[in-house]
Amino acid sequence: MYSRFLEACIVVAAALLLAACEREKREFDPGVEGARLDKSMLGVDRMERYERNAHALATGKRLWTWYNCTGCHGNGGGGGPGPALMDRQWIYGWDSASIYKSIADGRANGMPGFRGRIPEDQLWQLTVYVRSLSGLAPQDGAPNRDDALLTRTPESFFDPQRPEAATEQR
Amino acid sequence: MIGLVAVVGVCAAQRDDDWPMPARDHANTRYASLAEIDTANVGRLRLASTFPTGVARGHEAAPIVVGDTMYIVTPYPNVVYALDLSTAGLHVRWKFEPKPDPFSQGVACCDVVNLGLAVADGKVFVNTLDNQTLALDASSGKELWRFRSADPRTGETRTMAPLVARGRVLIGNDGVAFGVRGWLAALDENTGKEVWRAYSTGPDRDVLIGPDYRAFYPKDRGTDLGVATWPQDAWRIGGGTVSGWLSFDPDLGLVYYGTANPAPSNPEQRPGDNKFTSGIFARDIVTGSARWFYQLSPHDQFRYDAGNENIVVDLALPGGPRKTLLHADRNGYVYVFDRLTGEVLSATPFVRITTSSGVDSRTGELHYAPARQLRANIVTRDICPSSAGAKNWQPSAWSPRTRLLYLPHQNLCQDEEVMATSFIAGTPYLGAIVKMKRGAEPRGRVTAWDPVARRAAWTLDEEFPVWSGALATAGDLLFYGTMDGWFKAVDARSGKLLWRFNTGSGIVGQPIAYRGPGGKEYIAVLSGVGGWAGAVAFDDIDTRDGSAAGGFANAMRDLRHPAAQKGMLHVFALP
Repeated sequence: MYSRFLEACIVVAAALLLAACEREKREFDPGVEGARLDKSMLGVDRMERYERNAHALATGKRLWTWYNCTGCHGNGGGGGPGPALMDRQWIYGWDSASIYKSIADGRANGMPGFRGRIPEDQLWQLTVYVRSLSGLAPQDGAPNRDDALLTRTPESFFDPQRPEAATEQR
Repeated sequence: MIGLVAVVGVCAAQRDDDWPMPARDHANTRYASLAEIDTANVGRLRLASTFPTGVARGHEAAPIVVGDTMYIVTPYPNVVYALDLSTAGLHVRWKFEPKPDPFSQGVACCDVVNLGLAVADGKVFVNTLDNQTLALDASSGKELWRFRSADPRTGETRTMAPLVARGRVLIGNDGVAFGVRGWLAALDENTGKEVWRAYSTGPDRDVLIGPDYRAFYPKDRGTDLGVATWPQDAWRIGGGTVSGWLSFDPDLGLVYYGTANPAPSNPEQRPGDNKFTSGIFARDIVTGSARWFYQLSPHDQFRYDAGNENIVVDLALPGGPRKTLLHADRNGYVYVFDRLTGEVLSATPFVRITTSSGVDSRTGELHYAPARQLRANIVTRDICPSSAGAKNWQPSAWSPRTRLLYLPHQNLCQDEEVMATSFIAGTPYLGAIVKMKRGAEPRGRVTAWDPVARRAAWTLDEEFPVWSGALATAGDLLFYGTMDGWFKAVDARSGKLLWRFNTGSGIVGQPIAYRGPGGKEYIAVLSGVGGWAGAVAFDDIDTRDGSAAGGFANAMRDLRHPAAQKGMLHVFALP
């Protein structure tokens, strides 16, 4: 009985440790840059590799400011000239592939495309960070503090917003 | 001879009855010399007719009336309607759809507004969000010419109202938030060909500064200041766009306008005065050459911009009569300029100001408050006025009867942190996080300002920023609208509320008065909340982020959510 409990403990601990590894894992070879987005690359593996990784999310947050996303979508994703990204409404889809496509190729109503201008690795980091704005990324890896003036509830404490397609096409 | 007199008489009468440009006249008075509706009978004012625009964005435009036709332009997609005033029901004479590039919607800083069209010499002149200026035949709506300046993918847009004078159509550009370099251009009224273009930054030959240039203060004189007051090449992406109001003095032949703030917002990236941003130019309308310039906010740290309207009016000042220019700036001061020279005759605060302590009457220098100097990566609190200014685009009215300037404005402050930012074409070039908040007073206010006595004759408080224009009439009435939907008439001498009507949606438009074909006086205004202050009303803004809508979200969370409210023209008359 005791040994079974111990075994179970070890299994749980190992699982936690592995998950934690994924959360803290640093990727030093992100692969070929500028690779074209195709179905095979959009597997759950690819998304989760970034989404479960605290470093990818934190880097995405920095890039969010560096690449001037804040000026259109708000410092915390509340929107401005561009639509809010912290709410439930998604004009072009909320799954990683759709968000990646919006960032990479741009959209017709004002969103510029970043493909070829920044490394593909960064496109993914931005993608998962954008998902974290509305609580769609796992909260254990999402950023929980701002270095600058606080404008919203931090991403890691933000209740996931159940996505829905936006009615207004803009 | 009698015929000539009759023709002149008709023309003069026509001018009083019409409202041919958003500010009504080149002087930007927004004053109608109609007195049928007055303080005694305004209480009986009734809704006469309405017309839906079908667009659900901020309706900031003024309806335009010439003869028996009213012309309106909607926010993006900038549809132009000509409405027949000679029959009941505002029948549509023609409709013109310029079909602007949808990309422009996403690079418009402050909602997809349009400040209105202008009608002159049988032509309608209208700007579109995607940087086009069109001339349409006023009677048929047929397109006569079309001028394009820039691709909206550069971040450039056009929301301002054109001004037509001396056969020239004057237009400017918007997009300072994207680092767009500002300019004012004159197009030939008949062909749409560009006659001259004057940039707000860069070498003197680009700014059209030549031998005619005589700035009043030494600080605004020098060679190539549009280059020398910037770090290397920063003037190329330095803003100073021309998105506000233009005015014109026909006697002097000078056009007056303010330039927007410098880019980026982070002032540490652009040490220097950043000429010729956040200042006022006087230019010869024929050649475009600069006559004088005065920089209201040198090295503008707070995006104060100087695009607010300049009103051409002659004042009896203590030192004698002067040809003046009245300008209530975003930085919180009402300026009275000598419009011949650019001398500041007075600069008086009309709101609480924490960012500066006054304007030096000898040097013309604005004294900034050391405690509110923005520094990178440090939060600066209680910046008053906010970046929206003590007063923003919302145009004031001047009554020659009361000699008061009626200012619709706001009392907002903000907390801000600036940080390093990179210029990436087509993305915002700001480097700032802003959270606006209430000042010590209510958020909205109408101030009746006496520019000679340099004090308020009276003020009215409103819950929300008063984001509509003002209209003064010879009936001694002042009309304005509120963001919670009220259209109000107050006694222009006392500020006493005499009449109000709820339009359902908030009002951020410009009220006008005109005499209809039947001889009656009408008051008209577009409702449809929006604009920078009203952007929180739309689904694509989430106020849980205080920095949303350029920081306005933090101060406007309680604005009613009229998502389904589309724009509506309201016309009022006595029974």
